[in-house]
Amino acid sequence: MEAPLLSIRQLTVDFNTDTGDFRAVDGLTFEIPKGKTVALVGESGSGKSVTAQAILQILPKKAHIAGGSIHFNDPAQNPAVDIAGLGAESSAMHALRGGRIAMIFQEPMTSLSPLHTIGDQISEALLIHADVSPAEARARTVEVLARVGFPDPKRALTTYPFELSGGLRQRAMIAMALITRPALLIADEPTTALDVTTQAQILDLIRELQAETGMSVLLITHDLGVVANVADEVIVMYRGRVMEAGSREEIFRKAEHPYLKALMRAVPRFAMEEDERLTPIREVKSATLARAHSPERVQPAGPILKAENLTKCFTLRSGWFSGKTRTIHAVNGVSLALPTGKTLGLVGESGCGKTTVSKIIMRATRPDTGRVLFDDGTGPKDVHDLQGNALTAYRHSVQFIFQDPFSSLNPRMTVYEILTEPLRIHNIGSSDERYHRAKQLLDMVGLDQRSMRRYPHSFSGGQRQRLGIARALALEPRVLLCDEPVSALDVSVQAQVLNLLKDLQSALGLSYLFVSHNLAVVDYIADTIAVMCRGYIVEEAPKSSLFRNPVHPYTQALLAAVPDPDIDRPLDFAKLRTGRFSDPAAWPEPFRLRHGEAGIMKEIEPGHRVRLGGQQAREAA
Amino acid sequence: MIRFLLRRLLTMAVTLLIISALVFFIIKLPPGDFLSNQIALLREQGDADAAAKAEFLIRQYGLDKPAWQQYLVWLGVMPGPNGFSGLLQGDWGWSFEFDRPVFEVVGDALWLTILVNLGAVVFIHVVAIPIAIYSATRQYSVGDYIATFFGYIGLATPSFLLALILLYYLNRWFGVSIGGLYDAQYAGEPWTWPKIRSLLSHLIVPTVVIGLAGTAAMIRRMRANLLDELGKQYYVTAKAKGLNPRKALLKYPFRMSLNPFIADIGNLLPHLISGSVLVSLVLSLPTVGPILLSALKSQDQFLAGFILMFVAVLTVVGMLVSDLLLAWLDPRIRMGGAG
Repeated sequence: MEAPLLSIRQLTVDFNTDTGDFRAVDGLTFEIPKGKTVALVGESGSGKSVTAQAILQILPKKAHIAGGSIHFNDPAQNPAVDIAGLGAESSAMHALRGGRIAMIFQEPMTSLSPLHTIGDQISEALLIHADVSPAEARARTVEVLARVGFPDPKRALTTYPFELSGGLRQRAMIAMALITRPALLIADEPTTALDVTTQAQILDLIRELQAETGMSVLLITHDLGVVANVADEVIVMYRGRVMEAGSREEIFRKAEHPYLKALMRAVPRFAMEEDERLTPIREVKSATLARAHSPERVQPAGPILKAENLTKCFTLRSGWFSGKTRTIHAVNGVSLALPTGKTLGLVGESGCGKTTVSKIIMRATRPDTGRVLFDDGTGPKDVHDLQGNALTAYRHSVQFIFQDPFSSLNPRMTVYEILTEPLRIHNIGSSDERYHRAKQLLDMVGLDQRSMRRYPHSFSGGQRQRLGIARALALEPRVLLCDEPVSALDVSVQAQVLNLLKDLQSALGLSYLFVSHNLAVVDYIADTIAVMCRGYIVEEAPKSSLFRNPVHPYTQALLAAVPDPDIDRPLDFAKLRTGRFSDPAAWPEPFRLRHGEAGIMKEIEPGHRVRLGGQQAREAA
Repeated sequence: MIRFLLRRLLTMAVTLLIISALVFFIIKLPPGDFLSNQIALLREQGDADAAAKAEFLIRQYGLDKPAWQQYLVWLGVMPGPNGFSGLLQGDWGWSFEFDRPVFEVVGDALWLTILVNLGAVVFIHVVAIPIAIYSATRQYSVGDYIATFFGYIGLATPSFLLALILLYYLNRWFGVSIGGLYDAQYAGEPWTWPKIRSLLSHLIVPTVVIGLAGTAAMIRRMRANLLDELGKQYYVTAKAKGLNPRKALLKYPFRMSLNPFIADIGNLLPHLISGSVLVSLVLSLPTVGPILLSALKSQDQFLAGFILMFVAVLTVVGMLVSDLLLAWLDPRIRMGGAG
């Protein structure tokens, strides 16, 4: 058998921190064969990224390689070198780094410098490693930009990263990594920050380039769906050690280690049974939730929250020096209905207007036309006309759960202050009663009552998100607006939070508007799902009927692009390659929407409605 | 671009107009003015001739008119005793205290002020930036602590005290007299090579003294900014490309961390001028600081008004320069919108 490209033996990486030493990678051993993709899987903190940094010797200052070897057997230069033995700033390491081993990162926005053009940053990689003139480097840059799919590579040379979409930025990163024709590409969560359809295209691109150049890929990810689709071999890491390793077939067909099995059970999948519950890796028990019951309230006859024909335009100024403006139709005639005690899922890719809708409902911004009706049992009222006591009551009833559990909690307030702040603002209860309420809330979300005096930074991401939920529950709301509540969380805690939201709903009779880009998550939690694209609701249906029979081309594309952690259901890359799913003018008839056209919603089965283009609307009339 | 510049120039003009009104009325706020105080004093001493001359001046400069008329005449939009003759026409008025035109009083002082302060600004940047880069890249090292320690000393030392100490010891040890901006023998001489040499050697101490506190503050801020940027992902990307660390540092995080300082240029100049008054007094530098102080004390209105307007113009022009520099350096600002 041919010698592997990279072989890591007993690699150990230590961190020296103020609170003592910490072993991030502990006796790691694995190999990357030539021309293959090896996936490194695990939750955050398992040592995946540290391993990648060790291979490139770009570890943080506090970390160092404490033992083991990293043999890099470069076909272009014999014999093999031990990277662990090279100095981080030695010339041999400089030549390897970016030259023979290249890396792409998770967040394509922050990974590129905003002050330098794409062309500058990409050609720089070549100028460092190859003896070429600037003109040659430019020509090669245009070539590689064309290869990774830039529509106009010449123009791309002089564009800045912030002028590009997330997908194009990641393509630029790939171009930067590949311009030196490395033997090994390390991809650290390359698609986590991208929309699903873009993710599929990027994965496809990496696969194609790998086939062309014969490079090996080390793919770091927490998404088992991605692994099932692109990896040849899989290594599962936990706390710096290998839990299980093997070919993709072995791992997905005969998972043996309990940790891997648990990880697989924690991820929402499409093929789940109706009542199947996710099993979090670490279960959290809520002491009082079983005993809690919803407050006695008059229930509205119709939906508790209703949006009618919302539209919202934004005007963008396109720069300091030009007076030109651009109008963006963020929301185009959106109508939604949220029944009491149910969950409405709002799905769409970034920029489709879903957050604007939730902001309009929250009264954070006014719609240009249309209205939001809220019914507390006394009949529907327009939210944007509320004043005085009625407005205070509305604010009581509708609460928000945010995406980022790190920035949505004030780091200088204790848990007690965070949880009782809503009560203080609304002047509810004495300080004793507030204290008891805070204890009760902590109980409900499964956090220790003793954490009352602690500050947010001493909690993990999942715990913080549960604090956010507890804060939202403080005023006994009827509706929770959840804006991507689990997308910033690790897979292992995602299941915890989703289960908690489900339990709270059945115990307290809450209604959720659940905004997300993750179809599998929405499928798990929602009763009805609305799919949004370019400010339009394109399809709306009860979840069983949406996933059984998706009608709209955009919904179909979204569903097809979600990688399933099931190797018998691979992504259809060829179908996703055509890629203009989110352009209403490119949809096939009868769905095509010409510019400025709204089309009509047509019911095709009970509760299942699809947007048809103007052509159909005219024929119907 | 041109539209932007025109818009900016227009707002600058409006701003300056408002500032001029504020400056003038604040100067006029205390009761009386230089001349009427002078007249009262002279009457007490029984000097009738001088008092008569002062009264002539009062009429000459319209000080007997209401304040708003005086303002408009000063500005040059209303005919005064000499027709239209105010700031807009380039007539800066008469200094009663020095009994000379304002132009002559401040003449050399103006550009010496700019020279000294530009020197201080250059000193601050040249000294602070390398130290800041050193201590940011070696955070919590011995060198970082030493730089931090001296930084705090620099911040905490009153600059006039430092000026006094240097004045004494430099004279005692090296026999150098550092008062003034050139040796006394050159006063009133035309600008010859020896005079310029004398000026340059005299500039060293004021530059260091005025710049030192600024340097300390700059090191602290630059270090903090740079530390923020060093943790950013794009720097890791640059290193992962194989760029050598020093080049990577200067090309990416350092350039990013410059923005706040460029945005600060507008504030820097007036701050230095008002901050260096004490030092100028101690070192007897012929800059506008001490002149402004005495003009304000004696209610010499045209002199004080002119100097304050001068500082305002510096500020507004500095702001424009820093905005243009920012747009030139940072494509996100130039192209605006997303990002």
